[in-house]
Amino acid sequence: MSLRPKTDVRRKLRIFAVELVIYSGLVTVYFLVVLHFLSDWLVQLETRHVHTYAIVAILLIIGQAAVLEAVTTGLLRLLRRAFRR
Amino acid sequence: MYFPISHSEVSLAYLVIVGFLIGVMGGFFGVGGSFIAGPALRLVGIDWNFAVGTDLAHIVGKSVVAAKRHRALGNVDLRLGLIMAVGTIGGAEIGAQLIEVFKRAGNVNLVVSVVSIVIYAGISTFMIWESMKTLARGKRSIPQKSSGSGSKTDVSAFQHVTEKIQRWRLPPMISLPESGVTISLWVILLVAFVGGLFSGFLGGGAGYIRMPSMVYVLGIPTHLAVGTDLFEIIISASYGTFTHAIKGNVDILIALVMNTGAAVGAQIGALSTQYFAGPKIRLAFVPLPLIGAGIVIYTMVTGHKL
Repeated sequence: MSLRPKTDVRRKLRIFAVELVIYSGLVTVYFLVVLHFLSDWLVQLETRHVHTYAIVAILLIIGQAAVLEAVTTGLLRLLRRAFRR
Repeated sequence: MYFPISHSEVSLAYLVIVGFLIGVMGGFFGVGGSFIAGPALRLVGIDWNFAVGTDLAHIVGKSVVAAKRHRALGNVDLRLGLIMAVGTIGGAEIGAQLIEVFKRAGNVNLVVSVVSIVIYAGISTFMIWESMKTLARGKRSIPQKSSGSGSKTDVSAFQHVTEKIQRWRLPPMISLPESGVTISLWVILLVAFVGGLFSGFLGGGAGYIRMPSMVYVLGIPTHLAVGTDLFEIIISASYGTFTHAIKGNVDILIALVMNTGAAVGAQIGALSTQYFAGPKIRLAFVPLPLIGAGIVIYTMVTGHKL
């Protein structure tokens, strides 16, 4: 009986670890993409259109955090379905 | 790596590691961690104005991740967070105005340093006393459930004072079913205003003041205080990021690198709160304001701004 909660915690931690690995990969790729494609544009924006830069900055940081987390959750769901099949 | 917006050269690994450590701390304690992130950025040669603005930008990202995780664990009281955001922004503006007053008087550095040392040391002393007393009583908070349903309870040696505050029935009364508390709107606004005031006056998000006051003054269970504080930080730090960005104080590329580590760390920190009772989280919180006080004392004694 006491083994069940332990197994449950272990299972939850394993799912969390997988989620974290996927998420880490995505946030890193996201940063590299922004650096490669948007770096020069952001520098120009920061010097010429500060208000737009401020909004873009907030959107980029929220995008990195929230959108990628949603993508991770979606990917995990797909992976789980694939494994069940 | 060279960052063209702030014209600074910083190691990517350093930024990711700093972000990760602050992320774990933020997710666990519900603080922004600016009193460590600011000096950590300054340490590698980033100008102070960029350190402050960039730190705020990375706090937004980290808080979004941690608050989402806490929300999934049922640790966020959205109604309370939104009300508090109003008071915080008002307080932050007044705090910033106070800074200007002391700037004109020519003693801003001394006043801010002394006030912050007193506040940091006071919070730590009080929290160590309270959490030790609570733990010594042998009472245990109810461990957190993974679902968000129902109210959550917590124990505190300061509970009798909290209950007196909750009995103060100045309308309108606000019911917070998530937190299991009904309290006067004015008390919530006052707590948020004081947090905002210190945020504007001492810098950073002032989570080290808001999280304990939510527990001790409003009577919010520790886990919910941590989650709700993070949710509230999203709003106040976004506002701060915007105002700093239009003043040219935000290097978003540095913030994104920091957030790469912070977003991962914040999830670990947020999940870890599940395995600790409220008084233990509060006891572990004690060193944080002391680190802040240590940094201020170092700055005062040596004259170097970290």
